Amino acid sequence: MFDLATIFDRPAFSLAKAEKAGLFARALSELTRHHYARCPQYKRILDVLGFDVGPTHAMGDQPYVPVRLFKDNRLLSVNHDQIVKTMTSSGTTGQSVSMIFLDKVTAGNQTKALVKIAAHIIGPKRRPMLIIDSRATLKDRALFSARGAGILGFSMLGHDVTYALDEEMRLDMSAVTAFADRHQGEPVLLFGFTFMIWEHFHKPLAASGGRLAFENGILLHGGGWKKLSQLAVTNEVFKHRMQEVCGIRRVHNYYGMVEQTGSIFMECEHGRLHCSNYSDIIVRRHSDFSICPANEPGLIQLASLLASSYPGHSILSEDTGEITGEDDCPCGRLGKTFTIHGRIKDAEIRGCSDTYGAGT
Amino acid sequence: MALEPEPEYLVGGEGSGGRPLVPFAPVACDFLDALSQELRADPRVAEHPDVMTFAFWCRAAHIARLKTDFEGSRPGQQARIGLGRVFHITPSNVPVNFAFSFVFGLLAGNANIVRVPSKPHPQTGMICDALRTVLAQERFAELRAMTTFVRYGHNDRLTGAYSAGCNARIIWGGDMAIQNIRKLPTPERCVDIAFADRYSFAILRAPAVLALDCAGLARLAESFYNDAYLMDQNACSSPHLIAWLGGQAQAASGIFWEAVGRIAEKKYPLSEIQAIDKWTHLCQDAIDRTVVSGVWKYANYVYCLKLQSLPAKIDELRGRFGYFYEYDAGCLDRLAPIINARVQTLTYFGINQAELLDFVISQRLAGIDRIVPVGRALDIGLIWDGYDIIASLSRVIGVA
Repeated sequence: MFDLATIFDRPAFSLAKAEKAGLFARALSELTRHHYARCPQYKRILDVLGFDVGPTHAMGDQPYVPVRLFKDNRLLSVNHDQIVKTMTSSGTTGQSVSMIFLDKVTAGNQTKALVKIAAHIIGPKRRPMLIIDSRATLKDRALFSARGAGILGFSMLGHDVTYALDEEMRLDMSAVTAFADRHQGEPVLLFGFTFMIWEHFHKPLAASGGRLAFENGILLHGGGWKKLSQLAVTNEVFKHRMQEVCGIRRVHNYYGMVEQTGSIFMECEHGRLHCSNYSDIIVRRHSDFSICPANEPGLIQLASLLASSYPGHSILSEDTGEITGEDDCPCGRLGKTFTIHGRIKDAEIRGCSDTYGAGT
Repeated sequence: MALEPEPEYLVGGEGSGGRPLVPFAPVACDFLDALSQELRADPRVAEHPDVMTFAFWCRAAHIARLKTDFEGSRPGQQARIGLGRVFHITPSNVPVNFAFSFVFGLLAGNANIVRVPSKPHPQTGMICDALRTVLAQERFAELRAMTTFVRYGHNDRLTGAYSAGCNARIIWGGDMAIQNIRKLPTPERCVDIAFADRYSFAILRAPAVLALDCAGLARLAESFYNDAYLMDQNACSSPHLIAWLGGQAQAASGIFWEAVGRIAEKKYPLSEIQAIDKWTHLCQDAIDRTVVSGVWKYANYVYCLKLQSLPAKIDELRGRFGYFYEYDAGCLDRLAPIINARVQTLTYFGINQAELLDFVISQRLAGIDRIVPVGRALDIGLIWDGYDIIASLSRVIGVA
């Protein structure tokens, strides 16, 4: 059986194309066999498709589960009593939510992978951390929303973890300035969900004309551009405006979804989203699901080596995007790079952050 | 409390009425031909084949044929006249059905109040524009007073008021919607025609399909494509299930779906969301339905799920955007147990029409209201959904 420990021992972006293809073929094939044996719904799907789990299949030949299936079905590959966490994507009221069941092993691997990936971008040292969200998001510990899970996961990267918003999602200026005063000139870490940051941090700061001094800080953010693209806010505009209100120059977006928590895709210094050792993507044509070459937009299929308690190791998303390169980013990280174009038209709104939809 | 939105009158005003006409009254037939010409002259209509089909349906030659059919089926010439006023509650899934519903009421000799779908289909605007233009002509003044097209959101008060003042209702809609409308009182002698959710399927005789030459196969596939794909399988007469007869089903299925796939690939504008919907539907069917034994795909244009047996609630097996179920029935009798009252249109190929009619009658089936060749599923007529529309919307004057 493939042992994740062998890649946890290595830097997070260190698998070159050929080695990665071989490793992913073996590891994904084992995961497919594992879920086939333990998740009856997954077995039925593969049986109807006539998929043979016996041989080793390349990633491009692995079956992929459509993300929406996690909304209408409780898909798990372990016994119920082994579930330690249930993650939910949480759309607006009335929308159905994805439910992802984690056992101890999967939850632990997700945290490990998240820390390894983020640390590769921001450095291994823990930093003073300002979370641009409300503590109220973490209310129910047993049932995690994607937002709550993101906050808890990323909190591992920080110390003196401080929340910038109060229970009503208002900017808590006294907490923020106290944090800034405590850590003047330090390389602080700011984290939050893209739209929350824009709406509840950038906006009030810009309106008040206040300016925070986080020149040496780093901002990590994710959770989708859907709302911001409606406001015509691009990644560049976002970065520029954040620098205006708090001096921050290093801003990294990430892409991920609750169905594959942990193995997120980080934006590097050159503005490219990267697959790590734990994840990979394939872009497919909607007309026949054949594989697009680089620079051809299509539907995004995501693979994660972390998903063992639920059959989410290979999923077909409702996002479109394109591969921009492989092992050739000037930042030096190995793996595919890609851009996300957005959610497919008329798709049911689903996503990673409470209330605000979207998963890009 | 929210304010009730005002009804929006697209054609005519609130109080349409007047005295009924005889079925196929000359003024009604002339009006429909004028409407047909007006629509065909509108450049916007060329981009909407469904409106074009409606325009052709209304032309003089076709209406004359319908008239002959109607009179021919009633030797002895009973005297008939319209019921009075028909209130139409029309569907949003098929954009032009509100127009056909109106024509049903008019040809039977009635004044009409048509509630058009609240979904903003461009077809609604085109057809209402043409209606207004033609009704403005002096020769149609009488019809002008008999015609109202209105749009409003969910509003039981308005629907109730229209229901209370009509002699017949044509109700298109889902089961729940129809049940709710039925709760609103109507005059004692009011007639309801309910076009509810229906289920349709096709029967193909495998040896006949195998005997086709290339051109014949392409024609059959194109006909099937028109039945299924033109309305994304959303029309109540679009097929969801294909039953094979006569053995050799496997071979026939292979060449048939291949041919359908080639046409769909050329003609069907498959969107990303439709492709994802089909893939999700397939996985969900695999989970939920043990009768599904496998799937055959032509890219993402044709999904054909193989059934190893027929479930009792056959009408739950519905696809969209080119998603079908297939069963090797062998002989007709094997299909009898699944034909419930929901089943509307049977499209056929390679079988004698009389044999199918005999099947319905001799097996005393609860369903199947239409038996038409593959390619004609969407052809709407005055015998529809088991009703003789003109007869249902008019009254007979008994003379002795």
